[in-house]
Amino acid sequence: MAAAMTTAPLGEPILEIRDLHLEFHDHDRPEVAVADFDLTLHRGEIVGIVGESGSGKSMTAHAIAGLLSRHALERSGQILFDGHDLLHCDRSTLRHYQGDEISIIFQEPMTSLDPLQRIGMQVEEALRIHHKELSAGERRAAALSAMDAVGLPDPQQVYGMFPHELSGGMRQRVMIAAATISKPQILIADEPTTALDVTIQAQIIALLRKINAEDGTAIIFISHDLSLVRQLCHRVVVMRQGEIVETGTADEVFENPQHSYTRMLIDAIPKVVL
Amino acid sequence: MRYVLKKTATTLITLAVVSLLLFVAFSLISGDPATRMLGTGATPERLEALREELGLNEALPIRYVKWLVSFVQGDPGISYVYKQPVASLLSAKVPVTLSLTIMSFVLVCTIGFPLGIYTGKYAGSALDRAVMVLNQVIMAVPPFFSGILISWVFGMVLHLFAPGGYVSYTASIPGFLGYLIFPAIAIALPRAAQLAKLLRGTILEEAGKNYTRTAYSRGNDTNGVLFGHIIKNALLPVLTFLGMCFSNMLAGSLVVERVFNIPGISNTLLASIGNRDYPVVLAAVMWIAVFIIVTNLIVDILYMVLDPRIDGE
Repeated sequence: MAAAMTTAPLGEPILEIRDLHLEFHDHDRPEVAVADFDLTLHRGEIVGIVGESGSGKSMTAHAIAGLLSRHALERSGQILFDGHDLLHCDRSTLRHYQGDEISIIFQEPMTSLDPLQRIGMQVEEALRIHHKELSAGERRAAALSAMDAVGLPDPQQVYGMFPHELSGGMRQRVMIAAATISKPQILIADEPTTALDVTIQAQIIALLRKINAEDGTAIIFISHDLSLVRQLCHRVVVMRQGEIVETGTADEVFENPQHSYTRMLIDAIPKVVL
Repeated sequence: MRYVLKKTATTLITLAVVSLLLFVAFSLISGDPATRMLGTGATPERLEALREELGLNEALPIRYVKWLVSFVQGDPGISYVYKQPVASLLSAKVPVTLSLTIMSFVLVCTIGFPLGIYTGKYAGSALDRAVMVLNQVIMAVPPFFSGILISWVFGMVLHLFAPGGYVSYTASIPGFLGYLIFPAIAIALPRAAQLAKLLRGTILEEAGKNYTRTAYSRGNDTNGVLFGHIIKNALLPVLTFLGMCFSNMLAGSLVVERVFNIPGISNTLLASIGNRDYPVVLAAVMWIAVFIIVTNLIVDILYMVLDPRIDGE
């Protein structure tokens, strides 16, 4: 399975990260979160970023999604997308892409939805912001089809429900529907299955693979779970303490790890095949 | 709907218990009303006749039920001192106190909400810090004192109104409201400051939650996140405060009425307490209890409307 995935042809580059450097300044000494990070993402590609907690993988994901907090953080380098440097451009340029061309789903499906807003409204939100030309009926139709595509049973009914009426797996599906409703070029998945149980995990992975295959959406998949990364990703970036220690195709990295840290991570995978 | 019925039933039971406790308490402390009304020199025959007339010879439970029925019908007994129906003593005064309370509440909302939202949105800015310091000072000033200050500044110095020159609502509604606005400000200021501080805090708390991050990730600007998502969530904890605020402001009105010489229920109530005119006091206390308990019911129902998580349970 994994072997077949890695042979997918590369499209043209759509996102280039050069020399990304993120540093916190809210304590006595500066703390480096991400250093010398380079990555080129191609159209239709799935890239996994793996590493232990605190390795800087989520910070990198948030930087691409434009979600870095403005305070106490020093940033340098470039995140180039569509001719703009997302790391240094003004907020309105960034907002223009957020949710429309670059979407993100999070580790915490239970709390990532607004508890007081109906599911349908939240799924449609990106369209309300970015595609004002659509009528309410067209938005609703788009939301229903997006909800159907992510495998939510009875979208008509779920459309009018509130988050607390859904399970964690269902909420993550809602998050994915909302993130993909405007067919973004890039979907960032920040540990999307960590909070879910194993069967649901496998379903979400299959769903991400389907979105990639059908819409050509490039996916940046952040995880500490190497077996998931191997199942899903074409290419892998291994991070440790904010730096890239190894990068390559999924097969290269898993079959022939060059760095001792990568070998250690691979050895830590339980030898039970899903 | 079941939730509303359940809450209404609870409210009615609470009202029944409160009324029973109040009635029994006032019956125990009031001694013999007939002696109070006729004086100690009255003949036993006249005392007995009056007791019979007032229904005091009946058992306590029967008197309670009779009182409750007539209270509900709008006739809560006869004043010992003025020897006329309590209803006619209070009827002209309740609208005054109620107007003052409602006006204060409206002021609390119109000052507190914009200020809370602004300081929440621009937390940490110079204006935010200035407002917070001012807030702290205003919260520490009780209404009767700010009432005196306002009387002096706006009445004596600026001549915007005549202190003590109360205009009855039967004479002129604009004049009546114009006179009430200054005492209403005195009552509202500390509450508005509290509301602003509370709302600022809940907005900041909601702004740190995950759904806010999601809202930003979809391309919302700050106002989109604030008014599209945060405000509604931030309002939930504020609702309880507003309910308590409304009830407390009734008490605030009673004090400020004295400062501004407004003929609300304050004078009558205080005089009746001094005279131990218990039917009047009982009726007034019962009305205040109804006011507070009904306010709580409204708050509960508003919660159900705003928060889908408590629907039907």
